[in-house]
Amino acid sequence: MPRRGWRRMNNIELLFSSPAIAGGLLIDGILFGSIFALIAYGLALVWGVMNIINVTQGEFVILGGFAAVVMADNGFHPLLAVPVAALVLYVLGRLLYRTIIHRIVDRDLFTSLLATFGISIVLQQLMNIVFGGDPRNADAGLGVWFAFDYSIVLSKVKLLAFVLAIVVGAALVVFLKMSRLGQAIRATAQNARAARVVGIDTNRVYEATFALNAAICGAAGALAATAYTIHPYIGLPYTVRSFMIVIIAGLGNIGGVLAAGLGLGAAEYYAGFILGAEFQIAFVFGLLVVVLLARSWWLGRKRRYLK
Amino acid sequence: MFRVMKFAAAAVIATGAMAGTQAFAADDVITLGAAVSLSGKYSTNGEHTQRGYDLAVQVINERGGVQVGDTTYMLEIKYYDDESTATRGAELAERLIQQDGVNFLLGPYSSGLTKAIAPVTEQHGVPMVEGNGASRSLFTSGYRYLFAVLSTSEQYLASAIDLAAERAADLGKAPNELTVALAFENDPFSQDVRAGVVEDAQRHGMQIVIDDKLPKELNDMATTLTRVRALQPDLLVVSGHARGAATAIRQIQEMRVDVPMLAMTHCDSAKIIKEFGDAAEYTLCASQWAPTLTYQDDLFGSAADYAALFEKTYDYAPPYQAAESSAAVMTFVDAFQRAGTLDRAAVRDALAATDMQTFYGNIRFDETGKNIAKPMVLYQVQNGAYVVVAPSEWAAADPVLPRPGWADR
Repeated sequence: MPRRGWRRMNNIELLFSSPAIAGGLLIDGILFGSIFALIAYGLALVWGVMNIINVTQGEFVILGGFAAVVMADNGFHPLLAVPVAALVLYVLGRLLYRTIIHRIVDRDLFTSLLATFGISIVLQQLMNIVFGGDPRNADAGLGVWFAFDYSIVLSKVKLLAFVLAIVVGAALVVFLKMSRLGQAIRATAQNARAARVVGIDTNRVYEATFALNAAICGAAGALAATAYTIHPYIGLPYTVRSFMIVIIAGLGNIGGVLAAGLGLGAAEYYAGFILGAEFQIAFVFGLLVVVLLARSWWLGRKRRYLK
Repeated sequence: MFRVMKFAAAAVIATGAMAGTQAFAADDVITLGAAVSLSGKYSTNGEHTQRGYDLAVQVINERGGVQVGDTTYMLEIKYYDDESTATRGAELAERLIQQDGVNFLLGPYSSGLTKAIAPVTEQHGVPMVEGNGASRSLFTSGYRYLFAVLSTSEQYLASAIDLAAERAADLGKAPNELTVALAFENDPFSQDVRAGVVEDAQRHGMQIVIDDKLPKELNDMATTLTRVRALQPDLLVVSGHARGAATAIRQIQEMRVDVPMLAMTHCDSAKIIKEFGDAAEYTLCASQWAPTLTYQDDLFGSAADYAALFEKTYDYAPPYQAAESSAAVMTFVDAFQRAGTLDRAAVRDALAATDMQTFYGNIRFDETGKNIAKPMVLYQVQNGAYVVVAPSEWAAADPVLPRPGWADR
């Protein structure tokens, strides 16, 4: 359709003619990406340490979100739910590990994919029964800052998510480097058998890792419920985006995860603005393919040197 | 763990057997079949649908049942949970007809499920009256046994476009100078709604400046709204089920997007007034039905009477999904009585000749089976309540146009 093409050219023009729009979009995109970066930390951790691709990430997020909604309904400030959701999900993470996950740690990827997928379906239906299927939102009432006659509007909740993404990222780096448990986690990730040989209780390490991931997801979810809307079946986009961020950043690279998360958010927003919302996600997936191709080419090139 | 599962399995079998015997318990019972979404993503609206059916059945039975020929029958509904998935819906329709021997079906919730079930009922020659499948494509496939009491999707927001044209002067423009932004979810129903809006906008010569398809996993539409802010259309139209309505209200407020007219669907299923309070103010919402309309029937009385009874029974105000479901049961009953027999083909012909008024609206089907006697209404959220503002014949108040800007609120 020529009219559509013409519209897209106009969108690009609009972007160049108004720095406020371009800047606002950049900021919105980065803030949008920060929640996904948070979730991706946890995924990278579980994947790297336990070799499990946890498809339940999204449902953990939504559960955290419902914690915020429930607290808001009962008169608490929804932001109080950030630590509460983290705690609740931490306990749930431990519980899930002891009942199910510990059985699949050493199995192949297919088993763990299937098992976590099963858990995600059960969680979805449980949330639907307990909280209902309606889209919910917990308004933190923090309001916005704005500039340039509302061309740039900065939501304080999203800004908080951004700050938390950076703080949690930094804390994770420090935790993994400095603390005994963190060192044990790293040792287990490098070589579980050797870690057991030197006396690390890898089972405990796995449990802590999985619960830590759930806690991070819960905190992210409480923020997602205040910044966006949630319902029991909206977990998948969170799982998929965090998966993509980890693919792009690589495992064991917290800084990379943060950069990939924020960058992807911004890229997605520019794509959505120029191409229209229907191509927003398609663009991200396209980008994923390009990154994977580029990476395989880059690695292949190195391999030739080694020969 | 296993013991629990065994117990659950036994319970399921037991209840299944009980339900089975119940269906054949008495001769003077008409059993209607329905596969409704009681779990899965449509469970909220599935429940509204079921309650609408149940309330109608309850009232009809209390009044002594249905007189067909010389016999008086009680009504009964056999339900299955379609889990909000189309394949399951079709399976269950097959089961209702083949195994349970049900001769008449009530519709499921949503166009998608109705679309899955319609070929089955058609194949078996089983009449289906539905109140929750509005997609235009349901009525272009030549189905003879499908009847819908609700207005179809392309009519949903037509009144919003007409209202914009009517009130163009309030916005300081001629109708053909108005610009329109569209943001519709990329699913068959929402795209049908869009087709109707595009047709109407073109008829008035309006210019469409944004035409976005929103993804199904919809929780963010910031890029669309950024363009709305930049291009400043006169009318923004959004449709994407409850999640679309919730996301739009949330982000339009958060991003402080000013648009003179905002129209959408599914406001009440998203509970925008309760969830978002002031942010929902001045939103125009398409609705199949409103308790303030002046329709009447002998069973429920007026629309307001129905609303009061529903609220007394279920403790919340009836959403239109419940009202249209009750109307579907009433349509069947009316057809049974006029047919004077429970022969499927005779009931089908009686359905096709339906011409009645219910609390929900007038019901008269065209040859494709859709109700052509009832218009959509347009609400506006004013002071925390839905007020009918269009079409003018039903309007309880004047629409507030343009919406006050965020800076002035």
